[in-house]
Amino acid sequence: MWTFIQEQILGMKWLNVLIGNLLNTLGLDTTEKIGGTVQFFIYDVIKIVVLLCTLIFIISYIQSFFPPERTKKILGKFHGTLANIIAALLGTVTPFCSCSSIPLFIGFTSAGLPLGVTFSFLISSPMVDLGSLVLLMSIFGAKVAIVYVVLGLVMAVAGGTLIEKLHLENQVEEFIRNAKQIDVPQEELTVKDRLKYSAEQVVGTIKKVFPYILIGVGVGAFIHNWIPQDLIVRFLGNGNPFGVILATIAGVPMYADIFGCIPIAEALLAKGAKLGVVISFMMAVTTLSLPSMIMLKKAIKPKLLGVFIAICTVGIIVVGYFFNAIQYLII
Amino acid sequence: MMNVKVLGGGCSKCETLLANAKEAIEKAGVKAEVEYITDFDVIGSYGIMSTPALMVDEKIVSMGKVLKSSDIEKFLK
Repeated sequence: MWTFIQEQILGMKWLNVLIGNLLNTLGLDTTEKIGGTVQFFIYDVIKIVVLLCTLIFIISYIQSFFPPERTKKILGKFHGTLANIIAALLGTVTPFCSCSSIPLFIGFTSAGLPLGVTFSFLISSPMVDLGSLVLLMSIFGAKVAIVYVVLGLVMAVAGGTLIEKLHLENQVEEFIRNAKQIDVPQEELTVKDRLKYSAEQVVGTIKKVFPYILIGVGVGAFIHNWIPQDLIVRFLGNGNPFGVILATIAGVPMYADIFGCIPIAEALLAKGAKLGVVISFMMAVTTLSLPSMIMLKKAIKPKLLGVFIAICTVGIIVVGYFFNAIQYLII
Repeated sequence: MMNVKVLGGGCSKCETLLANAKEAIEKAGVKAEVEYITDFDVIGSYGIMSTPALMVDEKIVSMGKVLKSSDIEKFLK
């Protein structure tokens, strides 16, 4: 039963067969390289877009209950490591885009939340969200998805706690530390408001990430059919003990949505790359990127920014090697 | 004369909200000045935590959403 859900509903294997038959009827041999590339491309784009629309709708509905203002209030009630854990968990459900990171920082800081708690939130928010959980599940299976989310949360809690211990409060720009706390009254939302919000989020997000999906699937299709397997095994598989480090460093400056990364990761994995290598690449691309660093630089001084980048990079590498070590158990 | 403020860090979402706000003012036929505030110092001082945000006559009417011009018109009456 679970296999059926995973392969046919989440994985949409029937769609692949349908497209294959269709292309064959049109005279394109899908066992050949070009036909295979076209099939993979069409199937993956449709699959991801359908999954994405469904997911964003459900997720936005849940998210509409957790605006940042509410998250701030909830977090104020917790202390110590528990506060970091709650921050990491709320990071997965609070709607967040990198351009909101500074107002959010100001809000958290002025409410008296510790710096480490804010960072637990900032680490978990882009890396672990409900969407990536379901998408990972459809492509890599439930075990990989759950381990990914758990390790992402552990990293957010540990990273935040470490930043707290280093006492870097003086590394936050003055205007943020001096901001006064202001509570904005929250509007009451009806079910209709929430549905409307969710539908708007679907349209907005698809518009935003569609180019990334096309590029991601295009690169994935190319890898799938044109890059020789032994090359990938040599650089990203068993042949290279530094594959994880390589993938992390390559992924850090890149900016893409997790939905754009997954097709690339999927193709690399199928060609013999190690699981840890593709996971650390995905984590690096989504968690750290040049635009988000430029944004954060306005709020925090270089030393704290450096510590943040270092913690994330090391954390991602550790997670990567962990996935490599347990790959035989979960795939 | 009304005062409409669009607040945000300058990302594409904020630009869209700014354009929609201008369109709404034109459609509603009201006299209003539009301010585009990208200074995080000021944004934070209003207690806004998610951008883009919209203020009409110093009152926050929306946060973290790109409102359509028809939705903005309702706040201009």
